Amino acid sequence: MPQTLHPYSTAMLAISGHCASTQSASSERNTHREHTSAGERVITVALAGQPNVGKSTVFNMLTGLTQHVGNWPGKTIEQKTGTFQYNGTRVRLVDLPGTYSLTANSPEEQVARDFIIREQPDVVVVIVNAATLERSLYLLAELIWLPSPLVLGLNMVDVAEQEGYRIEPHVLEAALGLPVVPIIATRNQGIRELVEAVDSLVCDPLGSAPRRPEIREDHQAVLDAIEGHIAAYVPPPYPTNWVALKLLEGDAEITRLVKTHAPQECWEQVHSTLKQHEDAILAVAGGRYEWIGRMVRAAVEQPRVGQVTLTDRLDRIATQPLLGLLVLAGILGLVFWLTYAIGTPLQDWLDATVVHGGSELVRQALAGAPPWLIGLLADGVMAGAGTVITFIPIMVVFFAALGLLEDIGYMARAAYVMDRFMHAMGLHGKSFLPLFLGFGCNVPAVAGARIIDSGRARMLTIQLTPLVPCTARMAVIAFLTPAFFGRGAALVAWGLVLLNIIVLALAGIFINRFVLAGARAAFIMELPLYHIPNARTIGIFVWQNILAFLRKAGSIIVLVSVIVWALSTFPGPGLENSLIGRLGLLLAPVGGLMGLDWRPIVALVTSFVAKENAIATLGVLYGTGEEAAGLAQTMSSLVPPAAALAFLATFTLFIPCAATVAAIRQETNGWRWALFNIGLLLVISFAVGILIYQGAALIGLRM
Amino acid sequence: MSEVPERQDQPELATPLPQVWHLSDLAAGEIAEVHDLSGGSDFRSRMASLGFTPGATVRMLQNYGHGPVIVSLRGSRVALGRGEAHKVGITYQPDQSQAGY
Repeated sequence: MPQTLHPYSTAMLAISGHCASTQSASSERNTHREHTSAGERVITVALAGQPNVGKSTVFNMLTGLTQHVGNWPGKTIEQKTGTFQYNGTRVRLVDLPGTYSLTANSPEEQVARDFIIREQPDVVVVIVNAATLERSLYLLAELIWLPSPLVLGLNMVDVAEQEGYRIEPHVLEAALGLPVVPIIATRNQGIRELVEAVDSLVCDPLGSAPRRPEIREDHQAVLDAIEGHIAAYVPPPYPTNWVALKLLEGDAEITRLVKTHAPQECWEQVHSTLKQHEDAILAVAGGRYEWIGRMVRAAVEQPRVGQVTLTDRLDRIATQPLLGLLVLAGILGLVFWLTYAIGTPLQDWLDATVVHGGSELVRQALAGAPPWLIGLLADGVMAGAGTVITFIPIMVVFFAALGLLEDIGYMARAAYVMDRFMHAMGLHGKSFLPLFLGFGCNVPAVAGARIIDSGRARMLTIQLTPLVPCTARMAVIAFLTPAFFGRGAALVAWGLVLLNIIVLALAGIFINRFVLAGARAAFIMELPLYHIPNARTIGIFVWQNILAFLRKAGSIIVLVSVIVWALSTFPGPGLENSLIGRLGLLLAPVGGLMGLDWRPIVALVTSFVAKENAIATLGVLYGTGEEAAGLAQTMSSLVPPAAALAFLATFTLFIPCAATVAAIRQETNGWRWALFNIGLLLVISFAVGILIYQGAALIGLRM
Repeated sequence: MSEVPERQDQPELATPLPQVWHLSDLAAGEIAEVHDLSGGSDFRSRMASLGFTPGATVRMLQNYGHGPVIVSLRGSRVALGRGEAHKVGITYQPDQSQAGY
């Protein structure tokens, strides 16, 4: 739903009219400004900013549910776009990835600058955090070399005030030479003024005429020399002076660009000049910070040195090695408890009403149809769709809790506390975040690994994610353990979670040593200030994660559910004569090593579709239907405890579900690593299952 | 940190140069100036954009002698792995007061 931010007043009409007349003068620069058939003006605005400046809150405030989440072309980086109406103009807002600079250290930085250089948005809105003004202005110091006019959104002015900063936006505006709008995005304050500033800048691009940072004199001479050499060979639309600056900074992508476009002797000259100034990055960055210092000095009154803030106080506990770990354990425990206490009853209710009700409805509606069609729709499609639906409550609660922790600024502390434990696997603290997400669902966790800067660490994290037991697996464990172990059920369930974590650590060490050997990436992470959470930001976080799950998992689960239904029905009659039954019999020898017959093995195979399918399959195979009590009783009388434990361990460690495999394939750009993961987990899960059963037999515990 | 950090090798000159230490040697509460960055160009570029440039003031917020550290610099808090903190050369006066923290 597009939001109209401002009533359509006559005064605004007058401004629009004025704007239309000046537009022709600037239309040459803004090559892609469009008009819709209704004569509506369409402009493109890019939203730039460092991480932790509240950029996504601003984006959510402006675009709401109109936003479209996709990927940047050819990259596994999220691209968010949205639209809103203002003053008769349709504004297409593009959320650039949050980056600290515009040097191509990461794909995110490359995406952000490529968009500004190639697409030349009408305006770039730069969001900075007023409480970390000096650092967040660094991105602005880079952006002013690019051609688009800029507006500065000075966010979190309330937090800055609490921290003891006194900022005068008008002084800052005069010093920088571009519009500065103070905002408090979480309270929707100043957003309208920000849009007004964008609108008037579109009418008059000269309203943004920033003063650029000077570069130290000796480096300026070098820069001029380089610019002279390359001027004729820089391909449009790259600004020549910017390319020269990036060469001096040692930017790999720009170096490659110039190398391919400039003739050999020219490049050699440039190259030898650059070699003499290899330390220039520090000088250039230092120069930018000096410039920021001058801008900030006049406009900002710094807090008293040594003032102990709320964040300092909280961090004394949250980041202390031992206490921090206890806090983290407490928070995780609370999140899980909440997830299951609220989510599970809702899940059961949905299962009873929507899924069973839906299946019955299908059966009744198709009373006269051939049995295979009824089976296809009721047992194939409805069962698959039902599975997806029943998981929504659990995921909503889990993601809401996670979104809250992220929004108040706690998750960076969790990553910090976990850093030392991740080192053994060649990872660092940041990898903890997607892995934790995996407890909810592995599918968003695989995609969540995007926050990790190094490609190697990201791949390793993705490979380990399926070893985190998700809500679906925990549901099966919660169902089966009481049947086999009675009062010891909770102990066994926690033991299985612990087993998964130990196997995850060992697999991480193994992959790090033998498969993805390489240097551990640098652990550099900002710890944002704690702040009051924003319900809308959390709501949109939950909404987008659920939507992504429904899109990916939904289609795949329904499809595979139909395939499995077909495999378990044909040629028949009965499950043991079906294709899947034969596959189970084929695998039965492996099951024998774990003390299991073919039935639990077939249940494992069907858990590939969706983990919780294991229960339904067991119900069919043991002929008890899905009634919990019946299945539990039958199984506990047929399967000895040692074999049951082997089965449960194998089940929690088994190959990832189809949706997770699809996510791995997508995030790693091919089947190679998805197949590697399947192979790895197949070996691990069977090995652990056999070890447990044979180990139990060895010490005479076959029972 | 009770032990005295090791000094980097430096030529003996007539006029004493400021002592160069590693950021990882700085105890909680102490303040220092960034002197230089070692390590690869990617690392130096990332650190420089976060504000670790020569002359920048850093304050150690948390350092337990092992594991990652937290520093405050240019108005923001940054967590660094121990290895990363070791690659930041700093100058400081070890006898300064630890006021304020």
